[in-house]
Formats: sequence, C-alpha cells, structure tokens
Amino acid sequence: MRIRKILAFICAAVLLIGAFTGCAPAETKVPAGNKTEEDGVSGSITMNGSTSVQPLAEELAKVFKDKNPNTTIDIQGGGSGVGIKSAADGVVDIGMSSRDLKPEEKSLKEFKIAVDGIAVIVNPNNKVEDLSTEQIFKIYTGEITDWKEVGGDSGEITVVTREEGSGTRGAFIELTKIESKSEGDRTVASAITQGSTGAVIATIAGDPNAIGYASFGSAKESTGIKMISIDGKACTEENIYSGEYKISRPFLMLTKAEPTGLAKAFLDFILGEEGQTVISGHNYLKAVK
Amino acid sequence: MKACEHMIQLILFICAIIAVLGVILISYFIINEGYPVIRKVGIWEFISGQKWAPTKEIYGIYPMIAGSLLVTIGALVLGVPIGIGCAIFMAELARPRIVEILKPGIELLAGIPSVIYGLYGLTVIVPFIRKVFNNQGFSVLAGSIVLAVMILPTIINVSESAIRSVPKEYKEASLSLGSSHWQSIKNVIVPAAHSGITAAVILGMGRAIGETMAVIMIAGNSPLVPESLLSPVRTLTGNIGIEMGYASGEHQQALFATGIVLFVFVMLLNIAANLIPKKAGE
Repeated sequence: MRIRKILAFICAAVLLIGAFTGCAPAETKVPAGNKTEEDGVSGSITMNGSTSVQPLAEELAKVFKDKNPNTTIDIQGGGSGVGIKSAADGVVDIGMSSRDLKPEEKSLKEFKIAVDGIAVIVNPNNKVEDLSTEQIFKIYTGEITDWKEVGGDSGEITVVTREEGSGTRGAFIELTKIESKSEGDRTVASAITQGSTGAVIATIAGDPNAIGYASFGSAKESTGIKMISIDGKACTEENIYSGEYKISRPFLMLTKAEPTGLAKAFLDFILGEEGQTVISGHNYLKAVK
Repeated sequence: MKACEHMIQLILFICAIIAVLGVILISYFIINEGYPVIRKVGIWEFISGQKWAPTKEIYGIYPMIAGSLLVTIGALVLGVPIGIGCAIFMAELARPRIVEILKPGIELLAGIPSVIYGLYGLTVIVPFIRKVFNNQGFSVLAGSIVLAVMILPTIINVSESAIRSVPKEYKEASLSLGSSHWQSIKNVIVPAAHSGITAAVILGMGRAIGETMAVIMIAGNSPLVPESLLSPVRTLTGNIGIEMGYASGEHQQALFATGIVLFVFVMLLNIAANLIPKKAGE
C-alpha cells in the first residue's frame, strides 16, 4: 500500500512538472514589441550588460513602464563585455556598455544615451584636493608611493583599483594613459583590487591613505569619501559635460540590427526629452543637447 | 507488487545517478572551457607564471596558487588548535548543559553566509590590522583570521565525533592504570582519534581553499605573490570570482583554467581525506 502511495505521489509530481514546463512555451509566444493601437506598445524585451548602466536603465524602464503598462523590460547586469557579446549574439534585445566599442565590435548599432564622469576619490581626512593626470598616472603605476610627494601628509598611498575587464577600470586606465598601446595596463600589481563600485567606496571610506575611482554618479551619492579635482578642474557636471574634466566615458545601448517594436520605442524614449531628463536627474550627463 | 519494487528501485537509482552526473557534467564543462588556454600557454607556464594580465593575454596563476596556499595554511594555524581544543572540551570535559549551549552556537557559526563573514572582516578585522600595523589592512592575515573562524565548525564537529567514538574501554583502562583525566586525553584519547582529527583538518582545509566571497572582500586581491603576511593577496577562487563578471573570450577561458587547477587541489584534498583509516585506534 505504501509503495502505491509513493507511486501516486511521484506521478503527481511528474504531472505537476509537466504542467509547469507546459507553461513556458506559451509565455514565449507573446510577441516581442507588439504594437496595438489603443495601448501604445506592449510586449517584453530583455537587456543586460554594464553594471554601471544597469541602475540607470532600471530607472528609465520604471518611468517608461508607468506610461506603457503592458510592457515588461527585464534588465540584468553582467558587465560591458557581456552586454556587447549578448547584443551581438542576439541573446538580448538591447545590450549595455559603459565603454566605447572596439573596432571589431562596431557592427552593432550603438546609441549613446549618456556621458559618465569617473571621479577620483580619496578619504575625507586626506588634505589633497587636486591631482594632475600626470600625478594620477604616477600613483597608479607605482612611481609615487607617498602622499607627501603630492602635497598631502606623509603616509604610504593605498592604491585601489577595479578588476581587469571592468568597464570602469577600462575607461579609467585609458583616459589617464595608464594603459598604453605598447605596454598595456601598467597599474601597479600591488594595488588593492575590488570587484565592485561599492567595495571601492567602502575601502576608500575606511582608509585615510587610500585613493580610488568610481563613476561620478555613484561617487556623488556616496558618503565618507571625497572627490578631488583633476588638473584644477573639479569633478562636477558642468566640467564633465564640457570635457574640461578629463576622465569621462559614454553609456551605450547596443542592438544587433536596427531596433524595432518595443526596443525601438524604449530607445526613442531614452533619447527623447523625458528619458534625458531622467538621466540628468541621476547625475549623469545627457547625450543629446 | 514486484513491478512496483522495480519501479522504485529504478527511480532511486536515477536519483543517485543525477548527483554523479552533476559532478561529471561540471568537470567536463570546466575542462572543456579551460583546457584550450592551458594548452595554448603550456601547463607549466600557466601554473608557474608570475604575471597575470588577462587583457594582455598573459596568464600566470602562480601568485594565486601561492596566495590560496598561504591563506589556507594561515587559517589552519589559527583555526586547528582552537577547533581541536574546543572539540576536546566538548567531548571530554564540558558538562552536558554546557554542550547543549555550545553545540547550537557552533552550528549557527556554520550557518552564517560567507558574505556576512566578509562584511565582518571588512568592517572590523581589516581596519583593526590597518590600525595596528599601519598598512592597507587587506592582507593574508585578514583572510586567514576570517577563514579560521569559518572552518571552526567543520573542524570542531568532525573531531568531536572522532573523539567521542574512541571506545570507552581505552579511557577506562588508562584511568585505572592511574593516569589523570588530562593524561588520558593527551596520551590515549586524542592519539586514538588522530585519524578522525586529521580528516577534520583536511575537510577544514578544503573549506578554506574553496571559500570565495569572504576572501574577495578582505584579501585585497592583488595578483602578486605576497611578500609577507601583511601583503594583499589574491586566491584562486578570488581570481575567478572577481573577474568573472566582466570576462569574455579567452579571459573567461583562463578563469575556467584557474578553476581546473582549483578543482585538482580540492580533489587531492578529498582523496587524502578518504585515504585516512576511518576507525578509531587503527
């Protein structure tokens, strides 16, 4: 009798699993970016890529969804590399990148949605207020190792960087010339390497001798750190926008082909006045004037 | 009824196979993804190379192998004496009431997610080391301290049950020959339980070498062979964990190749643990 009960249970479980898997194809039948006259757009799209662009994309999707309630925009992280690759492979409808495309990636359709400055950050107790790109270069390549060499109190500099492959690191080493064509990435190997913006900020906030970098948007929102000026130009919106602040980078949305349906509607929204207002509201700089 | 029995047998067999299949599939996947890089670089160059610069296609994981071993040995040096001491106390000395309090406490320690250990290390241990040694704080030492606490439950539980499973007669014989309780523990019980205690240490070592999240948060992750216990360090797991998010192409394969090396390490530890005779007193 007991065995029969177990069998019945197993049968029920198998049926239940069947019922669930049966659901999946039905869901995917919803056409992506289907336009209906009375509701505007509907359907669902997926996005992934740069974890720097991700929070902004989520905010944009929220505002977009308020206006187009029948839409679903699924946004994942993964990093710029993942976003570019996923868009190229057609795995997602839109990929996100926080670095410029390499020549071999240029086959993608790219939409510049915003500009992000990279803030160089130090502990608030640090006396140093300004560094030249030259000094930053020397600190990150290990030529300058003590704060007193750049006008601060004596103390060994704790260099904090992001992991290789990170979009923020890629943009930072390129914009500060730490990376050169012939010699590659010359970041000093003993630098503390952190895997996220949050970890970098936590490190800087805890160590009076630390120097690091993070996107302007994240740094501006964070407490316990101090943004320093570069070559006499403060890390402010105007200076990044005008290009006087040297360390800045684009935020890109990428599609495999000319976007259609919901993907197009979403990109149009982002590049439109409303989307750009959301972008400037989050301390990023508008891509279009 | 007979058919029914067979059915059940088959279903249970499938359940058993799924676990094994999981191991086989994962091994196949890791080796399949990682091997091309090892072949391209050369196995010896890969494990003895001093420089890790994946975006420049330089793949040497010697600093990470050294880092993993250093942090793990540090964790064992700190964790094993405390763990075995605690096990002896619980099995031999503590009153049942105290064991009742200690036991759930240790189980709770095992249940704390590793990210919480990492957070604790980042906010307490790293600043402490920074203050005492006046350096960056992220270091082999910080990693070893946190890992030592993390491997305590494994070491305590396994060695406690090893000590408890020493036949009562051994202790009784020792005591009746006139030795004190401590002498019996030191000269009879612990030596008799040594195989179980060794297994505990090896299992703890496996846990330490495989830990990722907590270590990433507190070790500093510099891809350099640490000069001292106070230097930042990157472990094999940390190398994979920290770079996986943004890696693509060959860089990603190199991380899988790191995984192969880690896999071999953990497998050797497991084999070592299995080779130890199970019964007390052998």
